[in-house]
Formats: sequence, C-alpha cells, structure tokens
Amino acid sequence: MANIEIDAPETNQLLLGNEAIARGALEAGIGFATAYPGTPSSEIMGSLAPIAKKMGIYAEWSVNEMVAFEAAAGASLANIRAISSMKGNGVNVISDFLINLQMTGIGKGLVLVVCDDPGGMASSNEQDTRPIAKWLNIPLLEPSTAQECKDMTKWAFDLSEELGMVCMVRSVIFLSHTRGNVRLDKLPKKKKEAYFADIYDVDNPRQSKFTCGMQFHPYKQSEELLKKFAKASAKCESSPFNWYAGPDKTELLIITSGICWTYSTEAVKILNLQDKVGVLKLGVTWPLPEEFVKKHLVKSQKILFVEEIAPFVERSVMELVANLPPESIRPALHGKRSGDVRAWGEQSLDLVIQSIASVMGIAYNSRQSRSIEYSQKVREISEILPHRTLTFCPGCPHRASFWAIKNALQLDGRNGFVTGDIGCTAMGMISPGSFQVRTYYAMGGGVGIAGGFGHLGQFGFTQPVIAVSGDSTFFHASIPGLINGIWNQSNFILAILDNDATAMTGFQPHPGTGVKATGESGEKISIEALCRSLGVSVEVCDPFNIKMTTATLLSLMAGAGGTKGVVLMQRECELVRAHKDRKKPYQMYIDPNRCIGEACGCNRLCTRIFSCPGLVWDREAAKARIDDAVCAGCGLCADICTQEAIIREEV
Amino acid sequence: MSIKDLTKDPLNLIIAGVGGQGNVSMSFLIGKALVKKGYFVTVFDNYGASQRLGAVASHIKISKEASNNSPLLHEGDADIIVGLEPVELLRNLSRFGNPDVMTITNSRPVYPIGVISGEVEYPDLNRALETIGMLSAKSWVIHATEEALKLGDPIFANVILLGALLGSCTLPLDKNSVEEVLKEQLPKAFKMNMVALSKGLELVGQ
Repeated sequence: MANIEIDAPETNQLLLGNEAIARGALEAGIGFATAYPGTPSSEIMGSLAPIAKKMGIYAEWSVNEMVAFEAAAGASLANIRAISSMKGNGVNVISDFLINLQMTGIGKGLVLVVCDDPGGMASSNEQDTRPIAKWLNIPLLEPSTAQECKDMTKWAFDLSEELGMVCMVRSVIFLSHTRGNVRLDKLPKKKKEAYFADIYDVDNPRQSKFTCGMQFHPYKQSEELLKKFAKASAKCESSPFNWYAGPDKTELLIITSGICWTYSTEAVKILNLQDKVGVLKLGVTWPLPEEFVKKHLVKSQKILFVEEIAPFVERSVMELVANLPPESIRPALHGKRSGDVRAWGEQSLDLVIQSIASVMGIAYNSRQSRSIEYSQKVREISEILPHRTLTFCPGCPHRASFWAIKNALQLDGRNGFVTGDIGCTAMGMISPGSFQVRTYYAMGGGVGIAGGFGHLGQFGFTQPVIAVSGDSTFFHASIPGLINGIWNQSNFILAILDNDATAMTGFQPHPGTGVKATGESGEKISIEALCRSLGVSVEVCDPFNIKMTTATLLSLMAGAGGTKGVVLMQRECELVRAHKDRKKPYQMYIDPNRCIGEACGCNRLCTRIFSCPGLVWDREAAKARIDDAVCAGCGLCADICTQEAIIREEV
Repeated sequence: MSIKDLTKDPLNLIIAGVGGQGNVSMSFLIGKALVKKGYFVTVFDNYGASQRLGAVASHIKISKEASNNSPLLHEGDADIIVGLEPVELLRNLSRFGNPDVMTITNSRPVYPIGVISGEVEYPDLNRALETIGMLSAKSWVIHATEEALKLGDPIFANVILLGALLGSCTLPLDKNSVEEVLKEQLPKAFKMNMVALSKGLELVGQ
C-alpha cells in the first residue's frame, strides 16, 4: 500500500516491516529480486514487483523457493546485488542449493530474507529457521523494528559482499506485518552491469571458483568457509545493531533479539524496572558477537533470554559461558530451558512482563486486573463468545469441489479419503470441506504421500485416495509426485483445485495465470496440457457443476485399471472475481414457503453441513436465511437444497 | 473536534472486526494520517490465515516520543476499541478492556460458522450491546452496515466507523487529515468514502 520507491530522503514514512525490507534492498542498489509467496513474507516481493520496471530491477514470482533462490544466486555471481525472500518453510526447500553455495561463496551481495511464523498463525508449523544459519555458517541478522528492517537489510548487502557469502535477514510475523515509522535514506543512482567472470582458483587453475567438489575437495572448501566465517565473527562484533541500554550493574540482564527486544524494553518500562534491569539487544545472532556479550555478562548475576522460538541465542551464550576461564563468575541463566520463558509459540508483551516479573519476584497487575469487578465481568463474557473458525469464503469454488469429493467418496463406499496440501485447499480438513482431508504436511506432500498409499494394494489396501493440490502448489511441488505416480503406476486421483490464483497469500500470479510479477503477460502454461503430456487421463470440470464433478470422480475411482487420473476442477477464486466486478452474479433468497426448516428431514443440510457464511440459520424463524451483506451471490447453494427453497435470480 | 495531543503515551487503539470488513485499510488510513502529523505509530493487523470471516484485530500504538513500541497491546491496556462487529468488540474488550476504555461499535453481527451451522449461539444482540456499554467509560453504537448498504456497498461500514471515531474526539486527528490520506490512497473511490466519513461524523453528532 505504501510507495516504497519514493525518493524522499530524511522523510518519515509508515511502512510495513516487509515493505521496509524491500526499501532497504532498493537503498542497497539491488538489481534482482525473486520470491515464492508465503505468509508472512509475501509483501516483500508484493511491494517490489509493481515498481521493478520503473526502478530498473528484474523481479519475479518464481514457481518455488528453490528456483527463486537459485536465480538470485545467478544474478549475484554475475555482479548484480540480489534478494530472495520466503517464509521459513521455503528455506527447507532451498537448503540443498544453499549448502553448496556456501562452499563456493558468491559474487555481489546476496541476501536471503526469511520470515518465520512463531505460533504458526499462517503456517503448518512454527519452525525456527535460525538454526539453519548456524548449521551452514551463514551470518544471521535479526531486525527489531520497521526502521531496522530497512537499515539491516541494506547493511546485509554490504556484509554479504565484504565476506563473499550469503547473509540471512530473519523476520517474524509480528515484525513483517507491523507498520511503523521509517526514516528513508537515498536511493542509489549507480548503473549496474552484469558480467559473469570466469574466476579460477590459484590452486585449481582448471576449475571455476563457482563449482563444488571435484578438484576442489569438499574438505578444502569447508576450510575456506571457516576462514571466511572467522572474518564474519570479527565484523559482527562491531555491528551497529548490537547495543546495551540500562544501568552499569543490574539485578537482571535481559539478552534478546528481533521483535522480542521491543517486548523486553516495553515490559521493563511498564514494570518500572529501568534502574534494576538492563537490556542487551543483539542485531546479529550468528555468529554470536562473543566479546561484546562477554563484556556485558559481568553486569549481572542473573540473565534472562527472550527470543522466538527456539532457545537459539540462549544456547549460544551457554556455549560461551561454558568456555569462560575457570575463575570466572558464572551468572544464572533463565530462559526456555529453565521454564521462565514459554518454550513454544510466539512471545508477547504479556508473556515477557510475566517472565520478568517472575524472575524478579515481583507482582504485576494490569489496568484490567486492578478492578476485580471488571475483570470478573469480562471473564464471564469471554466464555460465551463464539469462536471464528477458518472457512472457505462465500462463493469459494473449493467449497463446491470438496462437496463433490465428499459425495463421490461416500457413493463409492470404500472408505476413501483425501491427502491434502498447503494453501486454501487445506481448509478441506475442517468443517467447510466436511472433514475430508486426512493428511496434511508440506508443499506437494499431498500427491507424494498419495503415491505411497496407492501402492499398498498387495497388502490388501482398497481405499480410494484423492490427492488435492491447488494450482500454485501444483507448479511448486506437485509435478514430481504426479510424474512419480504415473511412472510407477500408483493408484490415486490427483484433484487440482485450480482457482487461477495463489489465493491464500494474496492472489499472486503463477505460470498458469500467464501474468508475471510485474503485471506484464508472460507464457501461460496450461496445467491441462502439461498433465495430458504425461499420458494420464485428465478430466476438466467446473466444480460448480457438482453432479458432473461427482460423477467424474466416481468413474475414475471405478476405473478398470485402478484409481488413476487427474481431475482439473477449474473456477476462478471468488475474491479475484469480485475484485474485478463487485456486482453479484445472482441475487439469492429463500422461498419461505418451500423451506420447511426442521420438518424437512434434511437435518439443515444447507446451514449445518454446507456452511457458507452467507447462508445462515435463522433461529427465530426456524428457517434458512441469506445474509445479503455476506452472500457473494454465487448461486451454488440453490443446487444443494432438496426442496428447491433456495432461489437464485439473475441480476 | 479532535484532541490537541495525546492524553496518554502511548495511546492504544484497537480496531476489531472480521476478515473482509476492511479492518486493514482502516488501520492503515489512521496510521498514515498520524505519521503525517508527526507521531510515531505501530500498526499490527492480526489476521493470521483469514482471508474472509476470521477474527481480525488491528493494534495501533500512538506515541510522541517512542519509535520502538512493540506491535501488540498487553492485557487490559486499550484506550479506545472500535468494533466493526459486536462480538469482535466484546472479544477484544474482554482481553484489552479496562474501566477507562472508550468503545465505538457497529451494531451488525457477522455470524461465525459455528453459529451458522447451529452448533453455538450468537449472544443476544441487545444484551451484547448493553454489556459493551457497561464495560466502557464511554460508548457509541453505530448502525454502520445499514448506513453502508444505503450507500450501495457494505464495505463503506469501515469508513463510516472511521468518521465516528474522529467524531468521538479520542484521537489527535480531524476530518481534514483523514481526507488528505483518503485522496492519496483511494483516489477512485474518494468521493463515496468522503460521504461515508461525513456520515460517521454525523452519527456521533459532529
């Protein structure tokens, strides 16, 4: 939403953490940016792509994180600064390439931005990606505010170039998705020139520097890497993003990084402990700036670690303390290992207040809990509030797809099930999809695991298996699983729920849409043609035609050669459609004479099972009712009512 | 009609609603207008994985001095809560409310899936609104969705509530400062949004 390319140095702008990262990259003079969408990282490319052309940058949404990062590395090797951004899970996908790239080093500055999701609010897990940086000897920078998102990303490019290795900037959801004041610096005007120089090593004149193994024995490259990393350690000792604030002698020293620094600072202020508690902020958490930390360790007998998610800094400092000379005084270490800080989930101001209060042995009452009557009243209220579970949007084609899948599996009667995948389709595991999804792991995992189930016939396995994949997921990671299944003749159906968008993360384009990140048109790659070229039977359905979609699935399940085939369920994401045209396709209403409520015998199929937010059960009238403010007017529900009481009227 | 300066630092505002109601745009407009006036703000939109119909809460901290506030309010520390939806207001009131809090709520419920399917009950609306009043030092109930539907689209409810928020004299913002940001951010829908903004101001008697 903000203009990150504005050339207004010294002005204050309100930027999202992710926009500030993008701005930092612009100020660092990047020429190349790649990403695969993933909450909470998507706004980095989301803000770079629209301005890329104007700023003379190449920007792309790539089909997955691996190719995104590889492409960015290519630019770096050819003298162009490059950034690649992704969510934590994405780093798992690039790790093979990354481990090898660390062996050779890079050309121009290459920054890997990873946005973790402590608490897993928008992810399948809450992995802490920082240990990967430690594992691979990658300098790791953790900004704490929107301002630092910009400044540290910019610094990461200088650091990366100076050390000749990739640097990782790690954000978390509460930082990436918080807007804050950012004071801008100048945008560079220098012209960039790409050229890939054949760089040969003096010891191995017949092998390019940018190759792994062979005459470069891996152990020799490891040795080089460790030398480089020692340089990184020295460099990170003097980082301007590490600092201490507090008295010279403290009762408690908090060691913290990232967003947790803001919680810690604010908590100390709220608890009025500024005279007793000091806060050591680490901007670089790997390599640990050991000398800097040592200098401050003597300030206190008691240390508290506040970080997300793993006890990462905590363990590094433990290693440091273990290596102190024998005569040193060793402070008591409080954190996740001691149970003073919650070891799972995201941190928050509330939690950090509690941790500090408990370690300091003091009591804290909030403005709410100070009034016993008020806090009792709100506790009573909170117990009667209905929760909001995730659901498919009104008008979502996936509701129709899962309706058909459920019908087909029930009619088939062999206790078939769905293996799910990442994205909006994952909601097929909860009520809107009528609990159809039975397994759910990682991008492309649905089709891969289905390939395994589909080979169990020799052990008496007869259940039909339907793997579900979204369209963007299909391009990202489902293709190898499909090919493997076809080649090895596994029994499963792949249902591709193609809504022509990467919907869960904000409607980014992908190869099937034919639109590129910058909005220009590119090659449109047909999922249908691609699947047909593999020799598998491919059926194309509009999921809103529930009867036909159900029948198609049923006939594939009953196939003579086993349960095989691809069903492409195509219909545009309703949010994309509505963005182009706010007009509803149909005006929906309930015929009160036909809807006979509980007397119907359908057991409220429409509201209880179909559960579209626009179609509500009116308790007073004891009939179904359309909520006009929510209904998308898609017309689908008219097809599921056995009494034909739901009427769709052309608008 | 606006306060001259912060009555407290940081001044804490929550905008609570349901995915699709325009929470994020509303908090962005407020944040942007405040930065233009020289304040430090943090705006966090807590929406998790919800595109539509999940609970959304935007936490806004406004400060004259501190640029490093953390994104989330802590328990009981809201000064103003705006609800685009009554139950969402109550949900946030129960966690962040205190005897001094001021509230502005839209009267129109958006039913959670559990309510639609009949598994759980939505609290009685009149009693819910009464409770909100009881738990607030000062409160306003606005029929924002009904007014927005009169303007042709329920989405205007957020800007109507923004108008009401300006009219409640709780923020150091006036109509002009929001008008400027609306013009910048939503040039195409500027006129209709100004109608909605004025409607909100009118509904709280400004």
